[in-house]
Amino acid sequence: MKPIIFCKDISKTFVTGDIKTTVLRDVNFKIFPGEFVAITGPSGSGKSTLMHILGVLDSPTTGKYELDSQDVSKLSDNELAEIRSKQIGFVFQSFNLLPRATVIHNVELPLVYANVAHKDRQPIVYQALKNVGIEDTSHYQKRSNQLSGGQIQRVAIARALVNNPTILLADEPTGNLDQKTGQVVLDTFRRLNRSGRTIILITHDQYVAKHASRIIKIMDGKIIEDAPNDNHHFMASERKQQS
Amino acid sequence: MKIQDLFSETYSNLFGNKVRSGLTMLGIVIGISSVIALVGVGQGSTQRIMSNITSLGSNLITISPGASRNAGPVSGGAGSATTLTAQDAEALKNQMTYAAAIAIELTRRYQVTYSGNNTNTQVVGTEPSYADIRNVVVDSGSFITDQQVQSYSKVAVIGTTVRDDLFGSGTDPIGQTIKINKIQFKVIGLTKAKGGSGFNNPDDTIYVPVNAAQRYLAGRTSISGIDIQAINEESISAAQQEATNILLERHNISDASSADFRVQNQADIVSSLTSTTNTLTLLLGAIAGISLLVGGIGIMNMMLTTVTERTKEIGLRKAIGAKSRDISQQFLVEATMMTLIGGVIGVLLGWGVATILTKTGVVTSIVTWSSVVLAFGVAALVGIIFGFYPARRAARLRPIDALKYE
Repeated sequence: MKPIIFCKDISKTFVTGDIKTTVLRDVNFKIFPGEFVAITGPSGSGKSTLMHILGVLDSPTTGKYELDSQDVSKLSDNELAEIRSKQIGFVFQSFNLLPRATVIHNVELPLVYANVAHKDRQPIVYQALKNVGIEDTSHYQKRSNQLSGGQIQRVAIARALVNNPTILLADEPTGNLDQKTGQVVLDTFRRLNRSGRTIILITHDQYVAKHASRIIKIMDGKIIEDAPNDNHHFMASERKQQS
Repeated sequence: MKIQDLFSETYSNLFGNKVRSGLTMLGIVIGISSVIALVGVGQGSTQRIMSNITSLGSNLITISPGASRNAGPVSGGAGSATTLTAQDAEALKNQMTYAAAIAIELTRRYQVTYSGNNTNTQVVGTEPSYADIRNVVVDSGSFITDQQVQSYSKVAVIGTTVRDDLFGSGTDPIGQTIKINKIQFKVIGLTKAKGGSGFNNPDDTIYVPVNAAQRYLAGRTSISGIDIQAINEESISAAQQEATNILLERHNISDASSADFRVQNQADIVSSLTSTTNTLTLLLGAIAGISLLVGGIGIMNMMLTTVTERTKEIGLRKAIGAKSRDISQQFLVEATMMTLIGGVIGVLLGWGVATILTKTGVVTSIVTWSSVVLAFGVAALVGIIFGFYPARRAARLRPIDALKYE
């Protein structure tokens, strides 16, 4: 099987005036389709920068990043926008919904930029919202700032999924949520992963990381551990379901 | 991004911040409406002056005395000389072939009184043919006759403004006696109002026989001008040339450039006045244009603020697949939409202001399609130009920098 993400010797250095800060040093890893990977590390370890590179929002200083066997360093701004539109879905810690727009409009936005015809959008949006567990259509016309935190983050996940991307990138998705609503979000990820979606979760929280099937630990810009998570949180409940 | 989405985004952004969009648009509204109203004022006064001049007579040529020039470099100024005489006019009458009518004019301002009412007005000493040449129509009574000229009769035909000043409006002044420069004149006619204004207002004029004016008022035999009506429009320049030649010969001047009189036709006067009013229109337009420019800068300012304010949103939009073009289009359409809406309101407001100005009679303001199209075109241009820079700035933001922006 071909890896969907292939990072080879990736380094990232930020230059502010005369000060150079190296955030990532020679990072190497592959991620295969269908994996649920958690990238963890303390704050300042470089995990967010890594996610930005994986989501082609930023480019590495040196090293090669291949997404779906395609070297992204050679792509133009428009082609990168195309990748963000079709292949990657982002979920942010601070949700980043448009506060004045309705739930429907927020979820619809990636379809707008992907040039999906007007009449085709509604069923896709409804399906995406149902997939993240927002079934109550009375919420759909509400503005996003009228919803609860857990609902907002699930709307954000629906938005990330609406273009049916190959990879879902989530940066501290539970960071602004209480434990209970955070759990709902994590369950949603787990369910999406079981239906075959590749998910990359960035978190500093060990508990959250344990929901993934593989954990990559970074410290000071280097990978210090990359191992499968055999006894992740869902094992027990999933085994129960299977038996 | 589809057009429909572009407009619905624009709608929600502009209406999401009504006060700010409204204030920004106000700049454009004021700019456009002042362009339309002020250019209208310029064009209105041009038209008014034109119609005033043509009401003063058609195919008209006027001859006035030139500057008196004694030996030496001192010029007494145009009209100061007494180089034209009634004999000159007589010679023109006898010799000209292109003239339909010729009239002498001796015009001065005098104090005029009637039983305590007092006004300072223009008194024209002239001949009967003046009425035809200058389009003077008598409303009641009669104009000066040849006989009255010959007999030095102290009679006067007065304009409506003079009547209003001396007798009060609506009264019949025929048969009354007025005093011009303390000399008694009998009113024999009242002219029909022409609706002029300012200097040379034909309604604020008294016509008296030229001989009486020379003897009792001016006390001299010189005249202040000769009016010639050419046979038709085509013969104006021929008549002008003919009159010039006759007078040069009479005055023994061989070089036309040193003539002691000036021959002007109406077209010259019209064109010189038109160039004046065109300058006026241009000036008013320029002042209004500056306010339009300021309005445009206001739009740019707001758009730049919006770009800064929405930096994070731009980052988010880029993260979920917006291309740079999508972002720049959105800001450009927002700016253009604002100027267009402001433009429509501005055109309507300008139109309204022009109508009110004209109705109240302060000034005539004429709104022409060309000024509307011009103002609207400039507005659209302003929107695009001043929207372009903020739009490009928004589009050029790197997604990661925009997203991290706090």
